[in-house]
Amino acid sequence: MSYHSFLLEPISCHAWNKDRTQIALCPNNHEVHIYKKDGSNWNKIHVLKEHNGQVTGIDWAPESNRIVTCGTDRNAYVWTLKGDAWKPTLVILRINRAARCVKWSPKENKFAVGSGSRLISVCYFEQDNDWWVCKHIKKPIRSTILCLDWHPNNVLLAAGSCDFKCRIFSAYIKEVEEKPAPTAWGSKMPFGEVMFESTGTAGWVHGVCFSDSGNRVAWASHDSTVAVAEGGKTAVCASLTSETLPLLCVTFITENSLVAAGHDCYPVLFVYDSNKAALSFGGKLDIPKQSAQKGMSARERFQNLDKKATTDSKEAVLESVHKNSISQISILNGGKAQCAKFCTTGMDGGMTIWDVKTLESAMKDLKIV
Amino acid sequence: MSKNTVSDRFRKVDVDEYDENKFVDEEEGGENQLGPDEAEVDSLIRQGNLMGALQAVLKNPPINTKNQNVKDRAEGLVLKVLSSFKSTDIEKGVQSLDKNGVDLLMKYIYKGFERPSENSSAVLLQWHEKALSAGGVGCIVRVLTARKTV
Repeated sequence: MSYHSFLLEPISCHAWNKDRTQIALCPNNHEVHIYKKDGSNWNKIHVLKEHNGQVTGIDWAPESNRIVTCGTDRNAYVWTLKGDAWKPTLVILRINRAARCVKWSPKENKFAVGSGSRLISVCYFEQDNDWWVCKHIKKPIRSTILCLDWHPNNVLLAAGSCDFKCRIFSAYIKEVEEKPAPTAWGSKMPFGEVMFESTGTAGWVHGVCFSDSGNRVAWASHDSTVAVAEGGKTAVCASLTSETLPLLCVTFITENSLVAAGHDCYPVLFVYDSNKAALSFGGKLDIPKQSAQKGMSARERFQNLDKKATTDSKEAVLESVHKNSISQISILNGGKAQCAKFCTTGMDGGMTIWDVKTLESAMKDLKIV
Repeated sequence: MSKNTVSDRFRKVDVDEYDENKFVDEEEGGENQLGPDEAEVDSLIRQGNLMGALQAVLKNPPINTKNQNVKDRAEGLVLKVLSSFKSTDIEKGVQSLDKNGVDLLMKYIYKGFERPSENSSAVLLQWHEKALSAGGVGCIVRVLTARKTV
């Protein structure tokens, strides 16, 4: 895995372009910086300045090469590359609180914005008026939407919220698409319909992710649990409480395996067994460098005992690659079905690229099914 | 100035109660939860079967009920059981619990910290140390994020 420290401030959010040569990230301020990979260096090639508040979400559409950003200034902008510069187009979201997250749909003809106004704005381009309009999903959301993910059919949208629930909504816009075929989550999908609502986990839902087929959805919530629900006549839920600090982001890397990361600063693997409808812990995915074990002198031991009431010398330094919470995880190669590489960014201003094959061979008991 | 600026009673009005978007927790019927069985637990303590008493006192936690008396009684009972353990047996006691049991124990421990009596904090701290090594920080996070607790 390779770690690159971009900044000293946290990276609020990031997005990759189609061929993974450029990364757009927000350095905890009102701007978006785009870096281009040059050998082993990263050079800043563009600075996108339009937001008046911190940029909370960035998504880069791979096929149409458009970037959508949203921020605490209650606005979203769609950026298109004209020649050598990115030009913004304002999107009226009609929200009165900050926008928190944004995602392009798989066909890139719509995007969804989650906000503190307790609603989701689903935006699409209206050809006649030549601008972006949006529709709101309001019921039954009762608090801020923290995270979103689209189903591969371009219609269903999973949303994690601060009202302790993960829900799947239909975001069907008749102006831009045909009626969708039935899915595991239901067959009638009018706009705003709730196809699934989670029960059983407490805590804000920080991260949500559909599997590659769209039949499973996973979410990580603030009570240190991860859960997976499988669609069907009745949705089957499996959750796992963990002994670590809460996880902030989660993604599927195969149909049965998830990687999640959060306040403990290292990614963790979970495995879902659909026969038993059970989720289990697969292993910690950080390979700490073996630091030389120095022997402690008797004087040091006594000092430790006096100051910290313990003779352990390990507690002071974090052994993980990231030195602060990991806030976002994204798939680089292989998609959600056979991920080969994924990337994490965090509050330490660093970005790490993890190679799945290397991790599998380095950790003995790791099995990615 | 007019008369209505004299009174400051308006400052005591809780405006959040009148907010129409106020988040209200879902009501889950908790009227039947009576807490752990006092007689059963007492008899197990008298017999010296402390492991059994621990299992018994962690049954039927009064999580959903709004009756404060039931909650107080349950907490008092749990404290009684935890204090009657010998320090060396605490670890075994914690090992005998499953994941949910450890989470529930941690909830009772923090509830006990809220109202310390003479020796309770010392005993609770010993139990806290052992429960922490079994449940990890995740266990404490669940105590903090639980909307309905003992």
